[in-house]
Parts: sequence; structure tokens; C-alpha cells
Amino acid sequence: MEAGSRAERGAAGLPAWALGAIPLALIVAAIGGFALLGGPGLGERTGPPVEEVAVERTVLRPGEIELTLRNDGPDPVQVAQVAVNDAYAPFVADGGNEIGRLGSTTLAITYPWIEGEAYEIFVLTSTGGTVTAEIPVAAETPEADAGFYGLMALLGIYVGVIPVSLGMLWLPFLTRLSRRWVGAAIAFTVGLLAFLAIDAGLEGLEIAAEGPAAFGGSSLVFVGALVAYLALAGVDSYLAGRRRDAGATGATGGIYLALLVAIGIGLHNLGEGLAIGTSYATGALALGAFLVVGFAIHNTTEGLAIVAPLRGGAEGTGERPAFSRLVGLGLVAGAPAILGAWIGASAFNPSLAALLFGIGVGAIVRVIVQIAPSMADEEGRLLNPLAVAGLLAGIAVMYLTGLLVSV
Amino acid sequence: MGGAAAAAPAALGLGLLGSRGEVEPARAAMPAAADHAGHGSFIHASFAAGGTVDHRANGFDPTELLRDFDYGKTRRLASGRLLREWEIVAQDREIEVAPGVKYEAWTYNGRVPGPTLRAREGESLRIRFVNGSEHPHTMHFHGIHRAAMDGMPGIGERQGGGQVDPGEEFTYEFDASPFGLHLYHCHVAPLASHIARGLYGAFVIDPKDGRPEADEMVMVMNGFDTNFDLANEVYAVNTVGFHYINDPIRVERSSPVRIYLVNVLEYDPLNSFHIHGNFFNHYPTGTSLQPTEFTDTIVQGQGQRGILELEFPYDGDYMFHAHVSEFAELGWTGFFRVGDPSRMTAAAAAAAYCKLPWGGAAPA
Repeated sequence: MEAGSRAERGAAGLPAWALGAIPLALIVAAIGGFALLGGPGLGERTGPPVEEVAVERTVLRPGEIELTLRNDGPDPVQVAQVAVNDAYAPFVADGGNEIGRLGSTTLAITYPWIEGEAYEIFVLTSTGGTVTAEIPVAAETPEADAGFYGLMALLGIYVGVIPVSLGMLWLPFLTRLSRRWVGAAIAFTVGLLAFLAIDAGLEGLEIAAEGPAAFGGSSLVFVGALVAYLALAGVDSYLAGRRRDAGATGATGGIYLALLVAIGIGLHNLGEGLAIGTSYATGALALGAFLVVGFAIHNTTEGLAIVAPLRGGAEGTGERPAFSRLVGLGLVAGAPAILGAWIGASAFNPSLAALLFGIGVGAIVRVIVQIAPSMADEEGRLLNPLAVAGLLAGIAVMYLTGLLVSV
Repeated sequence: MGGAAAAAPAALGLGLLGSRGEVEPARAAMPAAADHAGHGSFIHASFAAGGTVDHRANGFDPTELLRDFDYGKTRRLASGRLLREWEIVAQDREIEVAPGVKYEAWTYNGRVPGPTLRAREGESLRIRFVNGSEHPHTMHFHGIHRAAMDGMPGIGERQGGGQVDPGEEFTYEFDASPFGLHLYHCHVAPLASHIARGLYGAFVIDPKDGRPEADEMVMVMNGFDTNFDLANEVYAVNTVGFHYINDPIRVERSSPVRIYLVNVLEYDPLNSFHIHGNFFNHYPTGTSLQPTEFTDTIVQGQGQRGILELEFPYDGDYMFHAHVSEFAELGWTGFFRVGDPSRMTAAAAAAAYCKLPWGGAAPA
């Protein structure tokens, strides 16, 4: 007791900033001393150098394969030789043969690859270790010119903007529904979004596993999700405060919810575009009409999800939102597919892609939390029979239409 | 490749070798693509341009190793027989097996393959083996000898043979028999890794009356599993991948060449040897003075070996490689450079053609 009160007195004698700074200064001193003394007691790491190298990007040009490597391990890695399908091939490393920690280099390998064949490349390091890269189906990587960006934009419009906009045409139908059925429609939306969240999460984890672990690997998906969730929650409470101040009506609440859904779906479609663009660029995707039709059907249901809150639950007033606002919602939800396709096809990076997928997941989860209360029936039961049926229907529709578009 | 080679053999060879200053007439006929091997062309598999193996650091150069026969030291015994003695030291040593690629090899006398030990049939042989490595090793000779001299752990222990631990030594004694081309290697378990690490060498026993005069060379077909996944990343003859592409083996035109070819390749069941633009007489294991076949391709399992005799009727660069294309493109490819290819004219080619030894007779 006495010691405690003495400590209190001592502490009280210092200003608050000093109390905060002292531990910090001690930490700096401890780390500095440790480093200066060369880590006493630890010794050198034993064993051969740890070489971890990830292949970030593969580009195929006539007579040339370009690999971008990222050093993912604790030690520098020296690229010595490269073999394509078990044949050593000449190459030039534009970032130098030595890759420092987290550094990268691009190897331009001279090799007469043939369209449609599969290739396995091994990069031999100075220690004799190997890094392998696979090209499942060789196809020339499209040059990122105006025509290519135009094509990707068109693709984004086909699979993003058009189907979402079409789905939104269900709005008049929704406005005629009774309150119970609107709850079911919201539940359908929630089911659909839940499916998308799981799908995007798994996709993100899969891509992260291919990329370098040093930037976080799979945890990037979770970080992205958390950041997106918190960001949307913050924006939400900020806007809610302003709405209260302005004495806003229920209708704006509806459009606000719809906007949130549109943002969540938009982020999801960014990931979808990314997947399409990447697959197209690596030749793994044939741009068949079937795929576009599949995406159209798949994404039309997303349009329904956006407009459902407009006829929203308890606040549903039947007030028609302006047409321009609907167009805006459609673009927010659909246009990111264009952006995603551009990024995916021209500057794909597994770490960035994993983060974007994570952001999509977080956004969707936030939207679910936001609109789920509207599923409730008159007695306030969230999982009422109709809502559960709606949820299951949403999941089922996404699952079935998803079968059409496995990229 | 085949078409281009047929159209301008000398030119193609020179172009992809980066040439050494000889040249002009041939160069004019060279395909443009051949001008900068390693920069935008893929005439044949090769390492990245500009890289070379540091033979000085390795302590051996495959070009010198080719014709380096170790006859040991001899002295006459009271019985009148000749005693031939060697000292072999096992050493752990890092070697460069491809430009920039280091491998922790286990060696005999610091080189891979180990020294080519050469004796004459009937001599008394004595090989003092000192194990300076951090691992137990032996020298197991292919030949006819007593069990205790077999370098086989568990067999020769009572005589002090068998496994030779680090810092220990043992002297193998046996007679040179039978004549032919043999090999020696470590026989400590795990066998595959002790062999794959580099503990092997050629062992030549000449017939009593010798063999006809020839430009003799040793080629040990080997490979390196640099990442220890039980598959080789680098294939070669005499250790350094593509070495004889960068430094072709110089031979005289119309002059006998004898190749002592040994396969020690680990992890792959078969290896092979193929020569371009020529045929050779094959003496399997070299135990007969009569060739069994006149051919341009032979296949060897691990431990198999044979003597190849040939002459090159034309000047030019002639590729030789494993006819397991995968091995060839992973390093097991080289060139013979016959005469001075730049002086090869149509008239010379025609003249050489007329001297072709029809009938497939053995050279000299």
C-alpha cells in the first residue's frame, strides 16, 4: 500500500507526455543496445540460406517468356540459370540477378514457346535451389494498348454494368409487394451477399497462396476485410449523424442502404473483373458467349439486391427514387468490373488482388449487417420462415448461376 | 535446327559458339539469328549469356580433365612385377557446376570426376585412400579382386577395409584385371547420395600390348541434383554443364580419337551418347579388342562404360550429346572442333568426302 502511494506521488510529479515517452525511450535504448552488441547470446543462424521466391507475374510474347520474381525469404537470392520444360534457356534479368529481401526482378527468357502447350519453368539459384513457375496453357499476353483496354471495358460492361442494371428493373415489382414479401426479398439479398462473401474470401485466399508470403499472404484477405468493414462502419455512423441533424426522411435511408449494397457489390465485382482480366491475360479464359451469358445471369441477381432496400422494410414509403440515382447505383455496383479487368489483365499482383478480394468481403459483410434487420417480420423475428426461405433461395441462386462462370 | 545445320554447318557452329576470332568466310553465310546466341535466339538450349564457371576456383577445368590420365608412381618389385601406387584423398568441396550455381560436392582429390587412374593389365596396384571428408567413404573399384579390397562397408572390416571413417585411411591392393574401361566410386550408404555428390572416377586398364595410338580422352557422364529432390538439375560430361559448347574439344581431322566413356549418372535409369556427322566403333567395357558395333548412338545404364573409336573426316564443329534430349538440353551437350572450320571450303569438303573410310572399318 505504502509503495503504491509513493509510486503515485512520483508519477504525478511528471507531465503526462513524459510518462508516455519514457517507455518508448527505454524500448529504443533496449533495441539499439541489442543491435549494437550484435544480438548477444543468439549467434549466427546456422544452416544454408533460406530461399523463398514467388513468381508474381508471367507474360508471354512471341519467342519470349517474362517472369517477375519476388524474394519472399529472409536472405538475398541470386538467380543463376533458367530452364523451360527441362531445357536451359538464355535470359536477361532486368532488375539484376540478385534479388534482395522483398525485392523483385524480371527475367526475359528467350524461348520459342508454342501456343496451347503447357510449360514448366525452373529458376536455378546460386545455391542450386529451384523456383518453379507453371504456364498451364501458353497464349500470348495481350499488349495493353487502347484496343485491349477497350475490350476489357466492354467485358466489364457486359458482366457488370448491364446485368446489374437489368436486375434493378425489379424495383417496380418490389414496390408492389407486401411488407412480408419485401422482408423475404431482403433475405434473398442477404443470402446472395453471404454467398458472394464466402466466394470472394475463398478466391482471395487462393490467390494469396500463390503470391509472396512476405507481404502478408493470406492474412491480406482478412486485413482487407477488416479495413473495409471498419471503413464502411465509420462512414455509416458519420453519415447517420449528419442525416439525423438534417432530419432526413425514410426514403433517403432507403437509398442510402441501396448505396451501401451497391458499394459492397461493386467491390465484389472489382474482384470478379480482376479474375476475368487475369484469366484472359494468361490465356486461361476463352471469352466465349457462354461465359458472358453466365456472368450476366449471375450478376442480374445482384441488381435485385441493390433495389430491395429501396422498397425497404419498415421505412418503405413507396417513394420513387430519381432515375439518375438508379443509374448511379448501377454504375457503382457494375463499373468496378471494368476497373478490375484492367488491373487483372495488365498489372496483376497476387498480393494486391488478395487485398482487393478481402476488401470486397469486408464490404459485403458490412452490407449484410446493415440490411439484415429488414428481414424481420411483424413480431421482430429475424429468422422467420419466409426470411430463411429467402436466404436459402439467395444462396441457391448464386450457387447455381455460379456454376456457369467458374473462371 | 536440322535444316539450318544442313544448310551451313560450319557457319552455324561458329555463330552459336560466339566464335574466337577465326572466321570471316563462314560468318557471311551465318544465319542472322545465330549472331547473338543468348540474345533473342534459341538455336539450342544454353545458359544465360556472359556467365562462365570459375575453373580456377573449382580447381579443375573439364577441358584439361579430358586428357588427364593419372598413371600414379611405379616401382619394380623384387618379383619383377611393376607396382603402381596412388594416393587419393576424399575432400568436401564446393564446386560450380553451371555458371553461378554452386554445389557442395564430395570429391576424390578435389575434383569431379575423380582422377582417371590408368594402369596396365597384370600390374600390382596399391591405392592409399585417406578420408579427409566429414563423412565416411570408401573406394569401390570395378574389377577382379578379393572381397576385403572391395571398398564395401561390412565386408572388409577385419582387414581394416570396409568403411573408412573421417580421418582414417586404408590402402587397397589388387592386380590390374581385367583390361578394359572400368570405374571406381564410394560405396557407403546411402549409396545414391554418396555417388551423386561426386565420388566417382574412371579406371582404365590397358591391355598388355596397349591400344593403337590415338588422341585419347575421358568422358564421365554425370549430373547434379542441386536442390536434393532426387532429380538432377544439371547434366554434363565431366561435371560442368555445356562446358564443351563454350570450349569445344579440339581434334585433328582424319586422325584417330579414342573416347573412354563412363556413365555414373544417378537418379536417371539411362544415359546415352550421340555424335553428329560421324560414326564410331564401340567396345563395350573395353574388354575386347573387337568392336561390337559401328554406330553413332549408344545407351548406358549407371556403371556401364565403353570405349569409342572414331575419326573425323571433315573439318567443322560437330555436336555430341545425350540422345536423351532432356539431359542434352539441361547441360549434357558439347562440340568437337575439327581442324579449323573457317578454312573449310567446298573443295576441302569434297576432298575429305573422297577419303571417307567406306565399309565401316575400324580406324587404324
